Amino acid sequence: MSKRIETTDLNVYYGNFRAVEDVTITIEPRSVTAFIGPSGCGKSTFLRTLNRMHEVIPGAYVEGEVLLDGENLYGPGVDPVRVRRQVGMVFQRPNPFPTMSIKENVLAGIRLNNRRMPKADQDDLVERSLRGANLWEEVKNRLDLPGSGLSGGQQQRLCIARAIAMEPQVLLMDEPCSALDPISTLAIEDLMSELKEQYTIVIVTHNMQQAARVSDVTAFFNIAGTGSPGKLIEVGPTDKIFSAPDVQATEDYISGRFG
Amino acid sequence: MATIVHAAETLTAGRLPRATVPVSLVGSVLLGYALAILFTGGANIGLAVALAYLLFLLVMEIATRVVEGPRQASDRRATNLVVGAFVLALLPLGSLVWEVLSKGIPRFDVPFFSQSMRNVVGAGGGAIHAVWGTVYVTGMATLISVPIGLLTAIYLAEYGVRNRLSKAITFFVDVMTGVPSIVAGLFAYALMGLLLGPGSRSGFAGSIALSVLMIPVVVRSSEELLKLVPNELREAAYALGVPKWLTIVKVVLPTAVSGLVSGVILAIARVIGETAPLLIAAGFTASMNNNLFENPMMTLPVFVYDSYAHPGTDVQAYWDRAWAGALTLILIVMILNLAGRLIARRFAPKTR
Repeated sequence: MSKRIETTDLNVYYGNFRAVEDVTITIEPRSVTAFIGPSGCGKSTFLRTLNRMHEVIPGAYVEGEVLLDGENLYGPGVDPVRVRRQVGMVFQRPNPFPTMSIKENVLAGIRLNNRRMPKADQDDLVERSLRGANLWEEVKNRLDLPGSGLSGGQQQRLCIARAIAMEPQVLLMDEPCSALDPISTLAIEDLMSELKEQYTIVIVTHNMQQAARVSDVTAFFNIAGTGSPGKLIEVGPTDKIFSAPDVQATEDYISGRFG
Repeated sequence: MATIVHAAETLTAGRLPRATVPVSLVGSVLLGYALAILFTGGANIGLAVALAYLLFLLVMEIATRVVEGPRQASDRRATNLVVGAFVLALLPLGSLVWEVLSKGIPRFDVPFFSQSMRNVVGAGGGAIHAVWGTVYVTGMATLISVPIGLLTAIYLAEYGVRNRLSKAITFFVDVMTGVPSIVAGLFAYALMGLLLGPGSRSGFAGSIALSVLMIPVVVRSSEELLKLVPNELREAAYALGVPKWLTIVKVVLPTAVSGLVSGVILAIARVIGETAPLLIAAGFTASMNNNLFENPMMTLPVFVYDSYAHPGTDVQAYWDRAWAGALTLILIVMILNLAGRLIARRFAPKTR
């Protein structure tokens, strides 16, 4: 239940502005891949092209191809809604639905799509997803209370539970810990190492220690300056990127010489 | 290097005793009243209140400036001016409520809500035909306006963000907001004339006239509310593979529903008191009419206007009925507002 992502010469545009240039990368299944780089270098934009979420912004479009186990996400006749059912996403700020209870939030993917499911299966799915997100013990007695009453870290884990309840092939995480305290961050990092047994995980982070801790592969993005597009500078096993990178810019960024 | 010169080295400053405000208020009122009698020789309440307020401002200004200093003095001056403006703004409202209550209560009785004006020329009779007429006409106007207005707002906020069509719609909605109500009435009257033959008046024509006034209000308030729904919720739904229309129906609308309901209620309250368009489109009648689509239908604002403008032989009886009608209308608007608040609270997203 996890798929390989390959992109070749992917360019992302916002109207006339080219935000990301010529990214070619292969993301292996059952692993954590981290994108690092300075702000505005296009790593979040690139992440969003992996489940066509960038299309939410008017004027955004993509050139090139993204292959999910060989199937092009941008091929003719591809429905972005179907893509997103296979490639789930967790956002920077926890965003549980305020009108729904904890349980309804986990089942949101089922209920919002008008899919029917027997009640026993629903309860199973809620427990499985919440256990998968390490949240079950904390909320099992208040499943019918609003999700917005939880703490920030719990809300983020609720969002992860909501994403994995859809049983996606790939889980994209856009700076999932940047709004959280160190304890909640640790909980989510532990969760990532468990989840990678089943899913392909891609994470964008500003925290280099986090990338070093959780990821198997690290990709470094950079921009030449304001107004120029972001580029993939180097990608490789995390150990190698953090100890002996091939490119000077990567070493400068990792050792804190700029950025 | 410049040094800051402190006025005093202490942290304490003079404070007026607590009783200063009430004492000087009572004093100013008494003095103002006495001055008013002195100037005009009689008890002129308006002059007395104005003089008392000016005296109060002056006394507080001097007392605060002497004891507490200029900063506190300007603070108090601003506070007193704001409170004064607030009271001045409330006076007409209070006076209106008092007038309507005192003049409307005598005929606010059971016959008023059980009889129509059929075969009544003097005292007696009631406004049941007008109450039901208002309910029918406004209800139908709401049924027409809410779907059109809400769907337009959804298009503007969700689909046509800043494209040419939505700019044009926004422009024409703004123009519609400024259409005089009499024009809406003439439009509905002419439209029904074209469709059903000249000179036809009906409750439905009144509903159409009210819809013309109501739709822009519903569109603008709903659009603003839909824009307030955080984009993150839409993105969260898209990321779960939910199509756009289901995201709108099941995430955006439920999140905004409490505001949408209050917006609709405010729009109803805005049109329920319209007189001119109903005068033309729905017409007058003294009898109960339960059919929206045939024959004139009386409504409360028209009833009030008609009773006041064309009293029969017993003028007082007609005027009493007019005031009772006005009181009923105010009560209906008040009940609508209360209901709107209750509904809004019922649907509001809970956090605990």
